[in-house]
Amino acid sequence: MEEQRIGTANGQEPTIVAFFCTWCTYTAADLAGTSRMKYPPNVRIIRVMCSGRVDPQFVVEAFAQGADGVLIGGCHPGDCHYVEGNYKTLRRIALLKRVLREMGVEDERLRLEWISASEGDKVARVINEMVGAVRRLGRLDLPAKRRGWDAEVLPHHGPTEAPAAAAASTGR
Amino acid sequence: MREALSANGGPRVGVYICHCGKNIAGMVDVQRLTEYAATLLGVAVARDYKYMCSDPGQVLIQKDIAEHKLDRIVVAACSPLLHERTFRSATEAGGLNPFYFQMVSIREHDSWVHTDMEEATRKAQDLVRAAVHRVIYHEPLERRRVPINPAVLVVGGGIAGIHAALTLANGGKHVYLVEREPTIGGHMAKFDKTFPTLDCAACILTPKMTAVRAHPNITLWTYSEVSQVEGYVGNYKVKVKRRPRYINEELCIGCQECIPACIYKEAKHPDEFNLGLSKRRPIYIPFPQAVPQVVVIDPETCIEFKSGKCKKTCVEACGERNAIDFRQTEHTEEIEVGAIVLATGFKTFDAGRVPYYGYGVYPNVYSALEIERLVNASGPTGGEVVLRDGRVPERVGIIHCVGSRDENYNVYCSRVCCMYSIKLAHLIKERTEAEVYNFYIDVRTPGKGFEEFYTRTLAEGVHFVRGKVGQVSDWATTPEEQGKLVIQVEDTLAGMIRRIPVDMVVLSPGLDPQPDAQEVRRMFNISCSNEGWFLERHPKLAPVNTFTDGIFLAGACQGPKDIPDSVAQAGAAAAEALSLIDAGYFELEPTTAYVLAEECSGCKTCVPLCPYTAIAFDAATAKALINEALCKGCGVCVAACPSGSIQQHLFDDRQIYAEIQGVLAGATAAS
Repeated sequence: MEEQRIGTANGQEPTIVAFFCTWCTYTAADLAGTSRMKYPPNVRIIRVMCSGRVDPQFVVEAFAQGADGVLIGGCHPGDCHYVEGNYKTLRRIALLKRVLREMGVEDERLRLEWISASEGDKVARVINEMVGAVRRLGRLDLPAKRRGWDAEVLPHHGPTEAPAAAAASTGR
Repeated sequence: MREALSANGGPRVGVYICHCGKNIAGMVDVQRLTEYAATLLGVAVARDYKYMCSDPGQVLIQKDIAEHKLDRIVVAACSPLLHERTFRSATEAGGLNPFYFQMVSIREHDSWVHTDMEEATRKAQDLVRAAVHRVIYHEPLERRRVPINPAVLVVGGGIAGIHAALTLANGGKHVYLVEREPTIGGHMAKFDKTFPTLDCAACILTPKMTAVRAHPNITLWTYSEVSQVEGYVGNYKVKVKRRPRYINEELCIGCQECIPACIYKEAKHPDEFNLGLSKRRPIYIPFPQAVPQVVVIDPETCIEFKSGKCKKTCVEACGERNAIDFRQTEHTEEIEVGAIVLATGFKTFDAGRVPYYGYGVYPNVYSALEIERLVNASGPTGGEVVLRDGRVPERVGIIHCVGSRDENYNVYCSRVCCMYSIKLAHLIKERTEAEVYNFYIDVRTPGKGFEEFYTRTLAEGVHFVRGKVGQVSDWATTPEEQGKLVIQVEDTLAGMIRRIPVDMVVLSPGLDPQPDAQEVRRMFNISCSNEGWFLERHPKLAPVNTFTDGIFLAGACQGPKDIPDSVAQAGAAAAEALSLIDAGYFELEPTTAYVLAEECSGCKTCVPLCPYTAIAFDAATAKALINEALCKGCGVCVAACPSGSIQQHLFDDRQIYAEIQGVLAGATAAS
């Protein structure tokens, strides 16, 4: 698989944080490595024991800290090492997507994939696809988005007051 | 090497960057990475070294812990799945708690998958920074010890299962050997001779089968299947479904007087063991040397089961022994074992799936396993190689790689079809003096004595034609081809299309995983490769282990294998199981969840989420309570707790937030 080099809509390379379960997807990422498959270097993998450990707040935190996309990888349905942790992930991520959409985070920026330990090629493919999709969207740049929202909400206030109000209303 | 002091008086971190020869250093600028690591807050020492996993690499960590008063260790090298244990031990040997350690994968997840050194180095910096941020929050942990039940379950009674069971039983462990067929022996019992030594398969296998039956440490359950597996390493609870054989195994003495007494005077049902080349009665013994030496009644064909109106002449023949019992029903046995060896084997590729070879269409196209039965002295023809009409073939074509090394079927090599094809060529020639043609893509004979056997067969005058056969048909174009099967092949050495008329075609099918491998995999909580073979923990260094502790693989369920390899692997699996059991206890990872009682609001969100019922609601305190012995450490409850009052050792919120922030510190700076 060739690395894609097309740049983002607004110039900079996007960063994607990936939470991979240790049994299936993390192992598959290892396999992609030992098989010397190539994918773009935008993804940073964080290992968890089960995709069910991925607290929705981790995803929100990643976006708040500057991630342009979050990828979650778990075992295929029915194959969870912990019986059904992945089903819980499925529900949580579906709900979280709704919340994120309201916050202006596009759907493609959060992706949940089932990748078994033998699917190293799928790790490479999913990362290729996701990096491509996020590049087309451009960097997330939540602070800039917030400025826009504040301008809508507070049309009569001067620009100097807006950041303070934004910090108060959207601060974690 | 660069040195710095921990700026904040907090933990002093040592960072070690591995070159892994050129594996990492070829794509990551390890020197720049080390210099960068030294600038991170908390880092007291940062070094790079050619092979961190080597002895000197590990000693480096231990010396630094003493000299630089380190209290946290980060190693950036290969995957933690490979060497986390190594470096935790090194950390412990240096006098620190082994969990004051964090590993970063800059090989599998970085140098091996990227092509731009600048980008790969930047990514490595992000990953190392995340680990340093995270490791500061690590806490000393203790591994939990669980005792190990010394009994072992072996699933599958082929040569691998038999060898594993005997090895374990000889080692003094109690073994439950579960086989779903009415006899053990597997595929090997069907063979006549084994390559390359031409040992008689029965002569070397049946003594081992008998030994299994006679061994005081082995409980043999044939006609049985594992139906449920619960528990964890050292303490598995297994349910075994035992199908009724309608024979009391204790009472049957194997005299087989009941068989000719059956109301069916002629045997008329296809015999499974002879692949339908002969017939059997509803009451039968799979083959003369079957173990256990006990008959079996097939309810699908027995008149008593179909109509209830049989005269039961078999019961009469059995007489006072009274071993036949039509009222038997399926029942389930429950056993407890500490380890499990899976030896569920393979299925031969269905040659009928390749339509242009005419298997199932032309009666004289055979599969290799059928020929194994034909050449076998105890087979349906008493060892005579004859066609279905009784004629002795004068010309025989053996087609290699049927369903193997083929994009349309299995891309992988079956590993055994070259050798068994050559063996059958030799045996057919020996028995019939026929002209034998082998059609091959490559001849692969890498085993001990294999090439010599191939050369010998060549010297015997067996023809080898290099080329993939295009078609087998009965369409004659010349008088010579009348009444024959015609093999059409491109001879790639002669550079021409050839049509070779033969009397008998032997297809050499490849090996497929068992059709129910996926269900078995789920039941035992292990993984399969893309092809459907059970996945070993590491292809080089842990070839018989699985990702589930206490479950080992033996034989062809892990991939195509010949008999010597199956036996070797079965021995290895048994040895791994023995070393696990003889330790007496197993150390579990301490990644369990725990409740911060003072913060728990008692909302009970977590209770139904736990798949192991490890969380209880304590009515007296109105708080959740986690049973550490039951918790497997998935963290599902931790992610769900609305008040953040459940945490998981080694994956607590602070550690993961630190990792997220660490990994993204570069991204924030850029935006």
